Amino acid sequence: MALPYYVSPEQMMQDKAEYARKGIARGKSIIVLEYADGMMLVAENPSASLNKISEIYDRIAFAGAGRYSEFENLRKAGIRYADLKGFAYDREDVTAKSLANAYSQTIGNIFSEAMKPLEVDILVVEVADGGGLSNELYRIAFDGSIYDEKGFAAIGGQAEELRQHLKDKYQAGLDQQAALRLATQALEAVSSAKVKPQSLEVAVLERSRTGRKFRRLSQDDLTTILTDTE
Amino acid sequence: MHSLFDSIVPGSSFFDLLRQCRSDLLPQMPIKPEGLSQAEIRELKDAPHGTTILALRFRDGALIAGDRQATEGYQVSSRRIEKVYRADEHSAIAIAGVAGPCIEMAKLFEVELTHYEKLEGMSLSLEGKANKLSQMVKANLPMAMQGLVVIPIFVGYDVRSSEGKIFKYDVTGGRYEETDYYATGSGGKDARSTMKKLYRDRMTEDEAIAVGLEALIDAAEEDVGTGGPDFIRGVFPTVKLAARAGLQDVPETRVRELCQAIIDRRKLVERGVKGETGAGEVS
Repeated sequence: MALPYYVSPEQMMQDKAEYARKGIARGKSIIVLEYADGMMLVAENPSASLNKISEIYDRIAFAGAGRYSEFENLRKAGIRYADLKGFAYDREDVTAKSLANAYSQTIGNIFSEAMKPLEVDILVVEVADGGGLSNELYRIAFDGSIYDEKGFAAIGGQAEELRQHLKDKYQAGLDQQAALRLATQALEAVSSAKVKPQSLEVAVLERSRTGRKFRRLSQDDLTTILTDTE
Repeated sequence: MHSLFDSIVPGSSFFDLLRQCRSDLLPQMPIKPEGLSQAEIRELKDAPHGTTILALRFRDGALIAGDRQATEGYQVSSRRIEKVYRADEHSAIAIAGVAGPCIEMAKLFEVELTHYEKLEGMSLSLEGKANKLSQMVKANLPMAMQGLVVIPIFVGYDVRSSEGKIFKYDVTGGRYEETDYYATGSGGKDARSTMKKLYRDRMTEDEAIAVGLEALIDAAEEDVGTGGPDFIRGVFPTVKLAARAGLQDVPETRVRELCQAIIDRRKLVERGVKGETGAGEVS
């Protein structure tokens, strides 16, 4: 029988963090950009049906990088949370802030309590709907730490490189075409390979839409926008 | 809230989710576990009632409409209540019965459809939506036995078979598809009589709206519970169309014009002006 041995909490947390980081680093990346008409989410995703980007509520979208089964569970939990809250109070009262906090709590608890941490980073994005409010963009890491990002954010395998790239190139007030072009260029720069429209998953939260602001861009839209820019 | 993030939550139905996690928010809460007395049931029956709603099929889809009045016994309780609700991109629901539970059911149904769509990444088939509504009406049966009746009509455009469809329901959740037209609520019978005379197969959108409004105006004339177009306060029936392009509202200005035209024509008929037949005329 193996003897129980002592592991210091620091060591345990470090090991867990390293494990989670490694898992996430294997996956592809996702970018969110604030642009003139709202928010744009761009993911490298070879699958057309297993989505990394999804609608949560009227003004809120979700993106997950890392282990699919894990962020898919988080996505579903987020939809349930948002729909219940919107039904109990009002559709206006569902905010990215409270959802991001709920995610942060849950992911943080799993990180500290469970044997295996979640190998996911997620983004919670909200487009402002008038009233002088600003768009919101939260990044939640595998250990539950939450970051309030401005303008752009990236998660996934090459998040750090993407952040560096976007930091130099990003400007406020890009139009849809320019935003998509910038995101594609960033993805190409860090992977040093051509990104095809077929391997992109892109969705936008468009401020001008009434009710549900989430819209996926179709393959045709992507091809048109990307070939026009060249 | 932590429990919501556990994996032992229901599938893609918001209705089931409510039942499991927040049953206090369900419309079908029993008022009293031991049941109500006759006097209490009588009192509940005086709660605001929504009245006439109708649906009819036309060439490009299906139309759904309702008047705007709610009644409490012999009193008008609201002149601008909404009975026709958008359910999702291609369908709509109209509800007759006790106003409170009606509005709640319409709201719940809308959330149910979008909830499923978001979780599954695709929307339910039209039949699936109609069945889901049937289960919700059935779940309301104990309430209906206590006088809180909710009777919906559901219309939608079926993108798979490229046609509009109408579903009517009974209080037990029975679901029946109608091929041409249907109306229910206190003025439903009058509206049906009008549509029976005016309905034609494959009408255009304009003709369908005219027939629907004609039927609602007739219902308002014959039934005390149904409100007619109100030119003084500017309240007009709600009309929505489910077609290939999606669900759209018929703008109030257009409804107003068409109501005006119908009433003007009736005035002429009343005065016996020659050359105006009125009856049987559509537009």
